Amino acid sequence: MQPWMKRAAFLGLLGGFGALHVSLVGMVGTFQARDFISGIVTVGSVLPMLIAILVGWRAGILQRDTDVAPTPSRALASGAVAGAVVGLVLALLCVIILNVDVDWIFVNARPQLAEILLFGQGIGVGSIILIVGGALLGAAGAALNVVSGPVARTVTIAAIVTLLVSLMEPFLGAVFRNLSLNVVDDFLYDRGGLTPIGFVLVYALVAAGVYAWATRGDRARARVEAMPPDRQRNLKLGAYGVIVVLLLLLPLIVGQRLSEVVGTVGIYVLLGLGLNIVVGFAGLLDLGYVAFYAVGAYVTAVLTSPASPAFSPELPFWGALPFVIVAAAMVGLFVGAPVLRLRGDYLAIVTLGFGEIAREIFKSQWAQPVTGGAQGILSIPPPLPFDRDPQSIYYPILFFCILAAIGASSLAASRVGRAWNAMREDESVAEATGVNTTYYKLLAFGLGAAFGCVSGALFAAKIGVIFADSFNILVSINALALIILGGMGNIFGVVLGALVLVGLPEFLREFAEYRLLIYGAVLVIMMILRPEGLLPSRVRRAELHEDEGEDDAQYAAEAGEETGKPVVTT
Amino acid sequence: MTDTMTDTAAAPAAAEADAILRADKVTMRFGGLVANKDVDFIIPRGGIVSLIGPNGAGKTTFFNQLTGMLEPTSGDIRFEDQSIVGLTPHDIVELGIARTFQNIRLFGAMTVIANVMTGAHTRMKASWWASLLKLPAVREEEAAIRKRARELLRLVGLPRRYEEDWAKNLPYGDQRRLELARALASNPKLLLLDEPTAGMNPGETAQMTALVKRLRDELDLTVLLIEHDMKVVMGISERITVLDYGEVLAEGSPEQIRTNPRVVEAYLGKQATQQ
Repeated sequence: MQPWMKRAAFLGLLGGFGALHVSLVGMVGTFQARDFISGIVTVGSVLPMLIAILVGWRAGILQRDTDVAPTPSRALASGAVAGAVVGLVLALLCVIILNVDVDWIFVNARPQLAEILLFGQGIGVGSIILIVGGALLGAAGAALNVVSGPVARTVTIAAIVTLLVSLMEPFLGAVFRNLSLNVVDDFLYDRGGLTPIGFVLVYALVAAGVYAWATRGDRARARVEAMPPDRQRNLKLGAYGVIVVLLLLLPLIVGQRLSEVVGTVGIYVLLGLGLNIVVGFAGLLDLGYVAFYAVGAYVTAVLTSPASPAFSPELPFWGALPFVIVAAAMVGLFVGAPVLRLRGDYLAIVTLGFGEIAREIFKSQWAQPVTGGAQGILSIPPPLPFDRDPQSIYYPILFFCILAAIGASSLAASRVGRAWNAMREDESVAEATGVNTTYYKLLAFGLGAAFGCVSGALFAAKIGVIFADSFNILVSINALALIILGGMGNIFGVVLGALVLVGLPEFLREFAEYRLLIYGAVLVIMMILRPEGLLPSRVRRAELHEDEGEDDAQYAAEAGEETGKPVVTT
Repeated sequence: MTDTMTDTAAAPAAAEADAILRADKVTMRFGGLVANKDVDFIIPRGGIVSLIGPNGAGKTTFFNQLTGMLEPTSGDIRFEDQSIVGLTPHDIVELGIARTFQNIRLFGAMTVIANVMTGAHTRMKASWWASLLKLPAVREEEAAIRKRARELLRLVGLPRRYEEDWAKNLPYGDQRRLELARALASNPKLLLLDEPTAGMNPGETAQMTALVKRLRDELDLTVLLIEHDMKVVMGISERITVLDYGEVLAEGSPEQIRTNPRVVEAYLGKQATQQ
């Protein structure tokens, strides 16, 4: 066997293992209940298909060390081999399921699973479909490497978005019905999935949009940049204005039940923005960020709730807020000061410990007079003096998110942001460049803590009840995962990350059971394919072109002359 | 080469009267190892002074004491008649000493312009809350520093199109230039260069030598450099100090050093036979 085939077969085996995994843990069976395209494909059978495509794509990237020149046909063949192996593995699984009783080990290995995997056919025909289909899908995946960049991007992004639109049927359908657009709902969705026409329409629309951006986006950007600065600014303000108006109307658009979810996403956006200061800007890996969230929630609860054991004169939410922020900064310094000398892994472990300690303290008998111990604190009033309905709680959350986003982006592009970045890149050189690293570390912890505490305060006021166990390590991990997914250091990335990691699981109840499994898989895939995140922090270009009068060529010539380099005339 | 500069003749006697930096019996011990022993060292204001010596002679250790990264075990270092022993590195930058590194240490995942602007950190005032609110004074300062950073990039000869590139993506020689621009952004009075031509080809080396001289004249700098390339050292320095086994072996003009028998034996001779 030739090396490239070996490699493709190996990738296929890996993919086959992945497909076995999703089948045997029950994901395929669970998602069978949901249609992707109604009456044609279920989400359950899309899962192994996605794996075949992914493996084929990977196999289609030919390595230099293989014995052949990387030609397009070879890439396709490689993808096909990998995809076929995935199909083969699943076919073998079906053979085993149908002939041997294994469901006492793998509870999901029932004939029903085989039926799904074989598309309802017998083992003979079904196996052929699996293997041939796998090969075709693998080749399709490999083809992404063969076609030009914009085309590949268009096809991939459109497919992902279409899948998401289908999966978000409970959400989008509710939105359409809420807006009395039942026509759209009926047109797009049927039995929890996209209708065939809806599928084609959504795919075509997204593809057209992506392709236009991929091929003409640069020109559009150049045209915007060529505008006079004041017009650019107006355009930018206009765009932000539209976004803000949409955000203000959001609870009305999505309706009561989904506003709840949107509020949760907002709280995580705030949490992510704060953690992003500590981890993304300053490079201090803090795994105990939940401690700040907890402090914010508890300070709010103690000061505002009539049911809190300590502190009887009850403040309104906004009266408690200054105390929350002061407490936050103090806790930030308290955590920050002892770990100033720690770097990297050590810092991560120590902060992880802090997070757990905080939770244990809040839960302890010793703290019970103040925190209520394991009973927690009940009847925390909402921030706005209405009923606690999700639509009105949304606005304070939005307010703080916008405030935090503006603050974080101002800091990022300032002396402070540069000092943090320098520290992240090389701490001792930052110090030797004049950055007081002690001060800036404490500042990062303090500001990060303030954001986290406000987030916690909103959480307490939103839920109305807090228990120490709500503040477990998963909150820290969620917050960290969402900034990694979205793109470290980027504010829109944080929003996107929160939407994907916090929002999606809320909409997709089927996912709840497999939430952590999917998290893990998504993060691993991200780290391999796009370690910089979905929206990496892009270089801000707009503001840099303000005082450009000189010509680049002339400038280069001048510099060349000054340093004695031969002048290159252009 | 259109280098119009002439070497200013060194005037040691006058220079010693106006020393910008004075090291007095500086000793540095790491446990039992003596890295620097009773080093006396004077840098005349406005001069270009070199520190040479074989590998492990304690040059970089001495450098690190000047920049506050290490604290001498005993002895005193005075910069403009103020002791800098015990100060933190960022305090020393603020006083007016900036450095580059032997193995280039840029802020790799930051843009070229941001690297230089970070260098100006101590010359900026914006506090965190003023930055958070983007007060008008902050914007003005930011614009001024950006302009200054561009001037510096031009001064060291980095093309403008590099500005928004990540520092780590620059070619090697340009990374050295960028490091120099970052150091200059703190408006230093004394610039410490740790092997500024290491890893450069002869053409780049000649450019760098010319650049250092030009910067000294245009920016009223005093320059101390550690260098291995004898051609560079002899061509650029007004005074040379030779370290060997952590001690000062000789001190003098390039001509005196070239002809000093002890130096030739300990250092130059060895290198001459290697070449």
